[in-house]
Parts: sequence; structure tokens; C-alpha cells
Amino acid sequence: MKLSCQDVDRNKIHMKKVPYRHSISKVLGVTLFVFLLFSVSISAQEDGAADEAATEAAGAGDTAGDPAKGKALFNQNCAACHALNRKMTGPALANVETRLSEDEGLDREWLYKWIKNSPGLIASGDSYAKKVYAEYNQAAMTPFPTFSNEDIDNILAYTAAPPKTAAPAAAGADAAAGTSGASAAGGISNEIILGALALVFALLVGMLFLVNKTLRRIAEANGVVLEDDASPKRLPLWKAFAKNQFLVLVTVVFLLLGSAYFAYGWMMQVGVDQGYQPIQPIHYSHRIHAGDNKIECKYCHSSARVSKTSGIPALNVCMNCHKSIYQVADETLEEGKREYGVDYNKEIKKLYAAVGWDEENQKYTGESQPVEWVRIHNLPDFAYFNHSQHVSVAGIECQQCHGPVEEMEIMYQFAPLTMGWCINCHRETEIKVEGNAYYDKIHTELSKKYGVEKLTAAQMGGLECGKCHY
Amino acid sequence: MASNKKYWKNEAELNPNDSIVETLKQNEFVEPIPVDDFLGDKESLSATSTNRRDFLKYVGFSTAAASLAACEGPVHKSIPYVVQPENIIPGVANFYATTIANGFDFASILIKTREGRPIKVENNKDAKVAGSANARVQASVLSLYDSTRLQGPMANGEPTEWSVLDAAVKAKLGSLKGSGQQIALLTQTYASPSTDRLIGDLKAEYSNVNHVVYDAISEDAAASAYEAKYGERALADYDFEKAELIVSFGADFLGDWQGGGYDGGYAKGRVPKNGKMSRHVQFEANMSLSGANADKRVPLTPMQQKIALAQLYAKLNGTSVGGELSENVQKTIDDVAAEIRKNKSGAVIVTGLDDINAQTVVLAINEMLGSKAFDAASPRYVRQGNVKAVQKLISDMKAGKVGALLVDGVNPMYTLPNAADFKEGVEKVGLSVVFSNNWNETTEVAQYTASANHFLESWGDTQIKKGQYSLVQPTIKELFDTRQFQTALLTWLGSDKSYYEYVKETWTQSILVGNDWNKALHDGVYSAAGMTLASSADADPENTVSAEVDKEAVDVVEEVVAQSGIPIATAINSLVNATSGGGVELTLYSKTGMGAGQQANNPWLQEFPDPITRVSWDNYVTVSKADAERLGFVNEHVANGGLDGSYANVTVNGVVVNNIPVIIQPGQAIGSIGLSFGYGRKVGMKTEMQTGVNAYPLYQDFNSVQAATIEKASGMHEFACIQLHKTLMGRGDIIKETTLEIFNTKDHSEWNEVPMVSLDHQEVPATSVDLWDSFDRTIGHHFNMSIDLNACTGCGACVIACHAENNVPVVGKEEVRKSRDMHWLRIDRYYSSEDTFEGDNIKKDEFDGLTGDKGSLSGFGELEHPAANPQVAFQPVMCQHCNHAPCETVCPVAATSHSRQGQNHMAYNRCVGTRYCANNCPYKVRRFNWFLYNNNDEFDYHMNNDLGKMVLNPDVNVRSRGVIEKCSMCIQKTQKSILDAKRDGRLVKDEEFQTACSSACGTGAIVFGDVNDKESEVSELVESNRMYHLLEHVGTKPNVFYHVKVRNTIEA
Repeated sequence: MKLSCQDVDRNKIHMKKVPYRHSISKVLGVTLFVFLLFSVSISAQEDGAADEAATEAAGAGDTAGDPAKGKALFNQNCAACHALNRKMTGPALANVETRLSEDEGLDREWLYKWIKNSPGLIASGDSYAKKVYAEYNQAAMTPFPTFSNEDIDNILAYTAAPPKTAAPAAAGADAAAGTSGASAAGGISNEIILGALALVFALLVGMLFLVNKTLRRIAEANGVVLEDDASPKRLPLWKAFAKNQFLVLVTVVFLLLGSAYFAYGWMMQVGVDQGYQPIQPIHYSHRIHAGDNKIECKYCHSSARVSKTSGIPALNVCMNCHKSIYQVADETLEEGKREYGVDYNKEIKKLYAAVGWDEENQKYTGESQPVEWVRIHNLPDFAYFNHSQHVSVAGIECQQCHGPVEEMEIMYQFAPLTMGWCINCHRETEIKVEGNAYYDKIHTELSKKYGVEKLTAAQMGGLECGKCHY
Repeated sequence: MASNKKYWKNEAELNPNDSIVETLKQNEFVEPIPVDDFLGDKESLSATSTNRRDFLKYVGFSTAAASLAACEGPVHKSIPYVVQPENIIPGVANFYATTIANGFDFASILIKTREGRPIKVENNKDAKVAGSANARVQASVLSLYDSTRLQGPMANGEPTEWSVLDAAVKAKLGSLKGSGQQIALLTQTYASPSTDRLIGDLKAEYSNVNHVVYDAISEDAAASAYEAKYGERALADYDFEKAELIVSFGADFLGDWQGGGYDGGYAKGRVPKNGKMSRHVQFEANMSLSGANADKRVPLTPMQQKIALAQLYAKLNGTSVGGELSENVQKTIDDVAAEIRKNKSGAVIVTGLDDINAQTVVLAINEMLGSKAFDAASPRYVRQGNVKAVQKLISDMKAGKVGALLVDGVNPMYTLPNAADFKEGVEKVGLSVVFSNNWNETTEVAQYTASANHFLESWGDTQIKKGQYSLVQPTIKELFDTRQFQTALLTWLGSDKSYYEYVKETWTQSILVGNDWNKALHDGVYSAAGMTLASSADADPENTVSAEVDKEAVDVVEEVVAQSGIPIATAINSLVNATSGGGVELTLYSKTGMGAGQQANNPWLQEFPDPITRVSWDNYVTVSKADAERLGFVNEHVANGGLDGSYANVTVNGVVVNNIPVIIQPGQAIGSIGLSFGYGRKVGMKTEMQTGVNAYPLYQDFNSVQAATIEKASGMHEFACIQLHKTLMGRGDIIKETTLEIFNTKDHSEWNEVPMVSLDHQEVPATSVDLWDSFDRTIGHHFNMSIDLNACTGCGACVIACHAENNVPVVGKEEVRKSRDMHWLRIDRYYSSEDTFEGDNIKKDEFDGLTGDKGSLSGFGELEHPAANPQVAFQPVMCQHCNHAPCETVCPVAATSHSRQGQNHMAYNRCVGTRYCANNCPYKVRRFNWFLYNNNDEFDYHMNNDLGKMVLNPDVNVRSRGVIEKCSMCIQKTQKSILDAKRDGRLVKDEEFQTACSSACGTGAIVFGDVNDKESEVSELVESNRMYHLLEHVGTKPNVFYHVKVRNTIEA
């Protein structure tokens, strides 16, 4: 236990160090902050201009739509399959109305019909409807019969002139700049203090040396003889020590014990890879997925509920979302580059390459390349561990063993995964019996036997060798 | 003072002029040390620039580098699916119902797969026939991962493409269309409706197709007799559960007789219920499983069996026939006849004699008796081979009448007695294509070798018994570039259908009659509605009717004669006049472990000890003790604990098989010898697996009974036999047994005595004395295992199931010989030394003094020798999971400990290999890993290659060198059942608790469960009067208990 405390301490130190490590990046951070301050105002200006333009355009058009409402509707209903400037499951929708009227001669009425009942329009034999249907892999667009014409107007207004997303970006930048600025300021002051202290120490040392030198010179000048060899008969300390055999023996014993202690400590950490944080083939951020986006752990690691392994998600699980999410928000991208030196968009491209997703044509090519993740939690073969026992039956949070995964940009091993660590938890954790008919009888009987209210896993037999080793 | 004594090691040294002594004196090493072998060429060694110092430097650097490199932990990669299949969850097993139909073994089974890999065979409890897997079927999953499998088609021994093969076959078939030459198909028995239809399609396309079905071990006589009588080529079915008296003439129906699979029904009738159990009389030459389980076993040579059968027939219908038999055999037959007369419909007669007359007579007797166990209405289709057709085909081939020969599922070059003729014939065939899993004797002579699928990669269907259908579905995609025969036929017919579609079509059109295909596929089995009625419900009234008619037996016999194709009188006549043909009578049989030899490359089966002789890695000729003494054969135990045996040469009709090792077999009929098929394969096999001798050359005219001569050959054979002590030595408390009469009439304290021990000079029951304080085990699960010695036939399916489930390593012949076998579960086989075990007990109890007539000195010596026709008992022994385990108290590192659930745990990672536990175990069930058995070229079995390792159970450790291992009572399975229940929030159902052995046991002998669950089967069994613990007087309080064996010795 002593050891693990040390480990934790070391870890703390390690964790503290991180913010101070890249002072250069802090300086860059400040620069960025200053730059961003300007950029906010620039984009705000643009934003205003665009808004004006939009209102003008709306005014000029026959029916006015509200681009802000349209945006909300778009994100809610359309964004799963459509983007403004990019082909997805469905076509890109920026200026769709203008495009249709110019290229195909179709008016807004056609769009109303299409959006409210596209299969109907296809069935009616409309030539362009059929063409679009054929072009997009014969995947019919979900009809939206509940949309009013006004809703559609709003959406079209948004597609014609989307309101810039600069405002939230600015806010985000503000926040980011604020934090980075604060930390940068902290860093500078600390360094200055340290530097000043070092300077003071150096000055003191220098002064002492000078004073000493001066005093000696004065003494010499005054004819005072310094009693350098005042006690010639006294043995040097180390010789006296060497002659005292008892002391030597005691010291040797202590030294041996001490080194044994440290040697033991060192050896006990062999194979304990707490904090193991390998570089993965795809930079996957649990912080973004589990933290920012609050995706439930078991959405991806679904087999943790039923199987002994938690399962590294198959790439098709990634594609459930990333089929639509082809890039991260600009500020996230910036943050990634700034904080972690990672271009998240490139990482998504790596996923596409691995799963064989052709972004251009929105199709699977069938040429996949399985991802070779580096395994972080390596339990030895002779230890049997079952996730579902802990996750489904005991209802333990993933974080209890895996740590604050939602804060981890790069996943690392949080727990030591030693037997002592397992056993300790089994000793302390009470069985979760509520609503589990399996435990009803055995729990009442056992708790009566042990005279306790709640049984621990250990009392249920969770310390028996064969429960984990077979 | 200097001594003048001269010390000498050898008399020759006394002669100062002996030149040899002089030379030896000068030469320290008598044999030259093979320095060149390990140092390489001496010249290049001296020419090298590396001197000794450099060498030391290199050693130093490399050691340093190695230790540096070792500092870094290995990087483990984890590769998930790109697209995860919907029904696969990593870490969760899936089960698929399928069927094995390899021409020898037919069984409906479940396959357990993990992450898409088949890893274990389980019984299909939904199946009405053949739902339990024998040892070979249990092991068949390992044959899927055989590293010697063919990985693609071959042409004249060179790898080729399927397209080339297809083109060649299509061209040849096209050219043969309408020509005078045959297109011959030489195949195994499929018993498959879809394959029959497919071959029908082929015949429709090419009129000159000749389909010849060939069984390596033929049941031609039985099938022909049935065909002559009932007009269909099949085998009558028997339900031994309904039989009250079973009389067998050389039929090993607990083995592979007529396709096997009869042990489940037999065992049900053997467990005494309401004071009744079936009685089994066996007349046989070799000691077979059936004979070992019989209540009365009469050793008779095949010739004598024929006479006995004829006499029994005559006795039953009141006539008399000639034929000489010894007096007591005569008496036995009289008794049997009398018993049959008492309960005609309850009796059933079976025979394994390869003689159409014997088979005809048996069918006639069963019909005459109206036997309830006899089912001729819905026969079995598992052996359809036709000997005449095979011989005709070979002669046609030799005559050049065969244009193309397609072979599937058989290995005629190995299994044909006249393989040379076949070879000659093949050379004259225009195109020969052999479908095979492995490179073998037949692929060697064929032009094209088509790499065939394993059955776990194939689609298909079977009709094992009339109206009982089952489906074969793949449980894994083809591992290699292989194709099943039916798919190839479809391709050659130009069909674009897959065989799956073809099977489905057959089923929906003609089998399912509107029932759901998906359900049939899910269940793996399907009973045609009409058929189940006919076979079960209708059977009884029919039989009662015939039983009434039987009162006038003579009339019935005449009717039978009228029905039968072969006149019964002729048959009887020929049986009575049977002759031995001089010399000894050889009975060829199939061994429980190897069958016909299809899976000879399967290390599990090679290491599987024969249930009777307990010899692994060999076949041998079995000889009676009297004959052995006459001919000078010996079996002896040598210093390293191994068994050695003489060699014999056996000659049949001029064909000699040389150097067959000899086992002296108690119970072998004098004047008869036995030899098993399936061994002696060489081509395409790993050297370790090339064991035994090939018996097929002696299988002349496909008759398993041959007149042979046997003579001693020089040399001694080293056996790998795992049980050298054959008898129980009168220790009746190890296997307790009694007779049905005593069982029914006396209190259990008499026939199931609790052993007494002395406490304070008072005799008290052993169970009342305890060295330890017991824990309270009344709460939670407490696992117990029940083994019913009445139901256990010794078949050994559990041994292989345990191997597969628990990753038990294969150690090889040499190690087994050194008693280092690793089986967690062994089935001990004991012979009685007197005529019965009871006789042994009495003899031992009556020992009086050291010497004299009843002296223990000579008496114990005598008890070591089994009787000429001993009683046999089987006893499965695995870790007994003692509540007061002697092993636990002696472990210096506490690596083995007890759980509250009754299991004795073994923590391999804690074990340091002192082996104290093994020494202190009274049951000798702990196994020590003397070597690293995986990834070790010295043990080149399945754990030494990536393919073979796919069969490993991922839930169980693979043990390393230097640790003890033993039965864990399948804790991985009990833990899983508990976890499933916890996850669902319910109690565990009784049937969910299973071990590998209990779920593999087709006879219900092994029952496992929670004794604290008062509803469970095992908690009922533990209360039984027949329950006893092994070595109860030791006081270990085991969690495995046995049931007293009851023998039905009540004679009429």
C-alpha cells in the first residue's frame, strides 16, 4: 500500500508538471489570444454585414423567411443527411432554391412538394425527382409532412444565407483565451518569482564569499593567525566512524535494509503499467466523445454489459456518427492543434481510410484496413476478469477503475490493475442486491451468518483464488 | 600403507593382455563424443577468425542486449472488427446445431463457437436419435484445425486452381456423356436426402453414372439381411431402453456396432428403477465395451457364436440343431432361452457377426419375439455400403470400363483389403478426382486431389433414422481454399445454385411439408410428423399384437420364413456348420478412440486411452492368456513403469501383417484374437501420429471374422499404457457392487456399508470421525457430482470433452509411457481376479496367515492376475474436490485452496511445483506439467501451431511448465451460469450447472449440480441408498460421489 501511495504521489507531481512544461506554447497562447481579440471584432463586423445582406435578400424575395429559425430547423431535421456546402447522404443545400430555379427551372412549390412528400413526387414521375433519387443511391428522402410552408421558407432562407457561426466561436475563443491567458499569467509570475529567488540566492552566496575573503584579508593584515590546524590530534570523523565497528555494522544493516526496501519497491512495480499511455494509430479523444459530447461509455463499449471483454468498438460503431460528422467544429480543431498538436479532421480521415469510406461518393469502397490499437489494459492470462459482472451486476461506474476517462485526451491506464488493488475493492465494496432475485436468499442468509447489514464482495466469496484464477 | 588390492569392474580386466581393456583404459569416452554434430564442420571452425575471446565478447554483449531488451514490456495490439457481425459479441459463446456425418460417425450435435471459432462439441438434446457425441465426435472439432489439412486443390501432387480442376472434370464428363465408360462415384455413406437428390440429378444428366457407396468398415451383412427381409437397404433400429433382456452375439452395440449411439438407451434400462433393471448377456470373442458392461459374458469364438445363435433359435421354437458347444455354454443358452420365453417382447437379440445368415436369424428371432426394443419399421441409414458394388467397381476399373472416378469421404487405398487392385484400376481410369481433407494414401494415386471442407465448414443434411432428419450447417467459413463435394458437383452440373440453396430447396419441397426452415436449422433436427407416430406411439400396440400371436411360435416362424428373402432353415444350417478354418479366429473391430481411422491425425484421439486395455497411441492384437502362454507371448512391466509386449505376425489367407504388438487380454475367447482398424496410417501424417499397424489388409471380403494364423515375432514393443494394475485386489470399497437380488431384498447398510475406523479402540463409522472442523456450506451453491456406475459404459466421451473444455495438453507417447499423461478425468477399468469381484472380496477376507492355502503372501499375488473371463468395472475418476482435502494442507505456498461452493481451487500462477499435493492425494488425480507443452517443438501437437491453437478455450488458462493442474469441476462453466443468472436477476436453473463431462455424458451417468438446491437432480441422487464416496475411510469428504454398481445376475 505504501508503494501505491508513492505511485500516486509521483503521479500528482507528474500531473502538476504538465501545465508548466511548454512555456513556449504559453507565449504562443498569449499571441493567439491577442490575435483572437482582433479576429472577433473582424468577424463580428462580417457577421453584421451578412445579416444585413440576408435581410435585404429576404426583403427582395417574395416570401421572407427567418434564417435563425431556419437554422434551428435545419440542424434538427436535415443535418443528419445534408450539409450546406458538401454532398452527404443527400445533396449540398447551400442556395438550393436559386440553384434549382436557375438550373432546373423549379420553383419553391416544387420544393414544398418534395420536402413534404418526396416518395410521392418520385412516384408521380417527376423527372428531376427521379433523377435525384437515382443519383443518391435510390435512398428516398424522409418525408416531412408536418413542415408548414413557413418552416420550409425559414429553412430555405437559412440555406440561402446562413447566419455566421462566429458569435459562439468568438465566445468560445474568449473562454479559451481567458483560460490560456490566466494560466500564462500564472506561469510568468511563478517563473519570475523563482528567477528572482535564484538571483537573490546567488547574490547572497557571492556576498558571503566576498565578506569571508575580506575578513581573511583583514585578519592577515592584522597579523591574526588563523587556527587552521588547531586540533591535529583529533581523528577525522570518517576514520573515527570506521573504527567504531558497532556503528559500521548498524549503518551497513540500515543501508542493506534500505536498499532492499527500495529494490523491493522497484521490483514490485515491474509489470505494473499504471499511467501507460501509448500513442495510438488514430488519435481518439475520450475527452471530446465522453466528456464534451457526453456519449455514454457503453454506447461504444456495448459488450461490457454482457461479455467479459468491454470490447474495442468496431469501426462500424464509429461510422454511426462519423458518417455525418466529417469534421470537427473550427474551435475544436483549433484547440486540438493548439493543446495537443493534433488535427482532428485528419484523424477522422484516418477512420474513413480504415473503414473504407469514400467521402466523395458517400459510399463504402469495401477496402478496409483494420485499426491496430495498442492495448492499454493488459491483464495477465491467468487472471479472469469479467466486465459484465462488474458493470451490469454490480453497477460499478466505468470511471471507478478506468479513471476520469471523460477528461482524458489520450487514454491511459488509471488503476494499477494489481491483485492487491482488486482484492481491496472486493473487501470494501458492498454487493448490490436491490432488485436482483439471485441474491435474495443467499444475501439474507449470509448476512445473518456474518451479522452484518450489507455483505461485501469478499464475504460472498470474492476473495477465493478460483474465482479469478482458472 | 598402500594397499595391494586390485579393484576391477569387469572380469576381463584381470587379464592384463586383454586388448579391449587396454583400449578402453586409454579412452575415457567409450563412444566418441559427437562434437562435430553440435559444433559443425571442424574445418570451417578452425578457419574462422572468431577466437575464444571474441566469442566471450559476443556472449557478453548478447546477454547484455537481451537483458536490456527484456526491460521493455511487450506491446500488445488489439484489433477490433471493421464491421462487427451482428450475432458475435466478443467474449460470448454462440451455439449452432449441426450434424456430423463422416461416413462412420453420425450424430446431431451443437457446436460452441467463440469469436467465430468452433471450439467445442456438445450434445444436441433436441435430437431423438444420435443426439450424443462419442469420443471421436467430441474430438472432431480439433480435426478442423489440423495443420496437415490440404489448403487447396492439387493436380498430380502439385498445387493447382479450382478453375483448372473444374475445367478438366467438365471436359472429361462432357466427353464421357453417352459413351460406354462409366462415371463412377465412390463415396462414403451420406444418408443425405439432398445428396441423393443431387446424385439423382447427375444421373439424369449423365446416364452412365454409377454411384457406389463404400463403408470402410462394412455392415453389408446386416444391411443385406434387412434388405432381403424388408426390401430396403438399411439397418434395423433398436431401443435398448425398452429391452428387459439383451442377448448379444458379438455385437458391440455400446461401441460402433451398426453406427453406434445405442448407449444412451441402454444405460437408461440399466439403472435399477422400482427394483427392476435390464439384463444383458453377451457372447463374444474380443473383450468389448458391451461385454465389459454385460451381466453375463460368455467368451466364444465367432464360429461358436454362430452355433450358439442357431441353438438359441432352435430352442426358442422348440426344435433342435446340431453343433458342438461346451457344457456351460449350452447351459447358458438354455437359461437364456428360458428367460426369453418368460418375457418374449421384453427380449432383444443382436449380433455383430458379419454373416448374412446370422443377421437373418436375428431379425427373424426379434420379429418372432415381437421385441419391443426392435424397430424394423423405421430403420437407420447410417451404413449403406455395398461390398459387391465396390468389388464390381474395382474390377470395372481394372477392365478400363471407368472413364472418370470421383471419390469422396473414403480412403480406399488405406481401407481396402485389396488396395493394390484399386491402384491398378485407378491407373486405367481416365480421370480420377479424390476429395479429401488431408493428403492420404488415395490422393497419392489420384490425378486430382480436391481439398474438401471439414464438416464444420459444410452445408448438408442427413436422415440418420427413417423420418428423423438433421441439418449440417457451417460454423466457420472455409479456412482454406476448399470445397465440399456437393458444391463441386453442382458446379460441374453447371448449376449456379449454392449447396445451401439446394439443401433448402430439398427440405422445403419434400421434407418440411410447410414447417419452418429456420426453426429446423435452429434446432438442427426435424422429425417428420408421421414418422414419430409410427416409431413411438404405434410401436406398442403393434408389439402387443405380435406378442399374442407368438404364443404359437412355430406358426410365426413359418410366417417369418415366408416373409424373409433368405430361407431361415438354410441360414440356420449354415450357422450350425460354421467352421473356424483352422488356426485362430481373428475378429477385427473398431477401437473406441479411432473408429475407422478418419481422424488418425487427431492428437486427442491418439492419446485417448482405450477403455478396455487402457493403451494409448497404439493398436495391438489381443490374445487370451492361455493362447499367449502357448505361443510364448509376454506382457511385462519394465523399470521405467512402462508396459512392453511381444510382437506377433498375423497371416490371413496368405496376407501377412508383421510386427503387431500383443496385449494379453483377459476375457478373450481362447482360440480367438482381436485386432483393431484405424491405425497404421502413414501418408500425409505427422511422424508422431504414425502409430500402430494397418489391419485393413486382413479385412478380406469385408468380413471382420477371419481364419488366421499367428506366430511370435522377435523384439518387444513399448506400449503407452496408463493403467498397469488390472485388478481391484479385493478392495471392494473402491468400486462397490452388489447384485440386483441383494439390492432388492436387503437393507443398504449391508450392500453399501459405511467403512468403519477405530476411534479410541472402538469401531465407529468413518464418516463420524473428523480431524478438522467443517465449514458451514449450507448457504449459497454447493456443487456435487454424481457418477452412477450402473449407467457408465466407459465410452470415454467425457475424457475428450474435458480435454477440449480445459485445454488439457497432449504429451505424446513417450511421456504417457512414463505415466505423465495429463488427463484430468480418467476412467479406471478393473478386472476381477476370481470370476467375480465378490469372489475377490471373499478371497481377501478369508486370508489367514502368511503362508498356506489361504496365506496372504501367495494370495495377494494371485489377486494381481485377472481371471480368464473376468467381471469388468469402469470408474471415472477426476478430482474429488474433497471438503477436507489432503492436498490443500500440504501446499507450502497455498496454491490450492477450497471454496465455499465445494470446488477445490488450483491457482496455477501461485504454484511452485513441489508436487506435495500430488503425493498427498489419495485419488491420484493431480497432474504435473513436466514440460512446456505449448509452443514446444518437442511436443508437436495442436498447441504447437497457430491453427491448432484455435481450438483452445479462451476462458481457461493454458498452463506452463512446472505447475500442477487438475480438474476444476469446470469452474469457468459454473461461474458463467451464476453470472448469467445474476445478470438476469433470477435463480440458477438446475440444468444450467454442467461440467464438460456431465454435459458430454450421453448415458446420464455423470450428473452435476448444486446440492443446496433442493429441487436439483443431484440433491436427490446424494440421498440415494446407492450413494458412496470413494475411499470413504480416508475421511476426505469428497464432493464427488458414486453409485453402487448393481449387476442383474438373477438367472432364470
